[in-house]
Amino acid sequence: MNLTRAVEPWTVEPLERFVRESQARLTLLMTPAGQVLAQHGFTRAVDVMSAAALGAAIMSSSREIAKMLSDASFQSLNHQGAQHGVFLGGFELPRGRMLLLAVYGGDSSVGLVQLFFEELVRELLEASPEPTAKKLVLAKDFERELNESLAALFGR
Amino acid sequence: MTLAFTDALERITRIRGVRGAMLVAGEDGLVVAESLMEGVRGNAVAALAASLAKRLRKASEAAGGGVPRFLHLQAHGGTILAVPAPDGVLVVAVGDRDVNIGLLRLEMRRVAEAVV
Repeated sequence: MNLTRAVEPWTVEPLERFVRESQARLTLLMTPAGQVLAQHGFTRAVDVMSAAALGAAIMSSSREIAKMLSDASFQSLNHQGAQHGVFLGGFELPRGRMLLLAVYGGDSSVGLVQLFFEELVRELLEASPEPTAKKLVLAKDFERELNESLAALFGR
Repeated sequence: MTLAFTDALERITRIRGVRGAMLVAGEDGLVVAESLMEGVRGNAVAALAASLAKRLRKASEAAGGGVPRFLHLQAHGGTILAVPAPDGVLVVAVGDRDVNIGLLRLEMRRVAEAVV
């Protein structure tokens, strides 16, 4: 069963390869604001929204700590638990900064996730389309666009 | 401590045909110390060798063989060897196809005992 879903179709192939190679259980590709471009492994919209919001907040907090240390930004973070690890990595695409959140278990490792994260970034850079002019978000379109994104992320 | 690790790895890299040696955190797949020739991707070898060692350990235990003491992967263009050390550290060596496996294995086991 294919568990990878994307709002942006060009992200699917690189993300599927990342999941296959790194054996990450859950993966989110999103903007620093927490807007999800693609996901793997999540089955409920509420989980995606929570993970995206929390992941974006963690990266945002760490960026502020980096500023205090006179560093531009931390490239990645790893939270290691007893059974699961959470990897958060930031990278630049032509259309702006992106974040990857990956949850992995004992059948993977932070080393594997880091290694294939580097390859994912390379592949996304190759696949990424040129940025288009930003359109205004209108209130009347917002709910429809949100519903379309959720439908794409969960195949409904 | 790092100097001690480097000295230990040099015992391995002194052997003719060895292209690099590393101490790897077995659970994390991260490099603890390395002594590598140019062209050997340390982080990739570390992550993949640790993953391989973890799986082979499961296979060996499932087959009733217990914890593996020595892993040897012979490929067309070279060879990878790994010796699990106490504390979850893995001693990994990358060598040419014609490297002296016996000598390499002996030095790797000495290093595995020394890095505890």
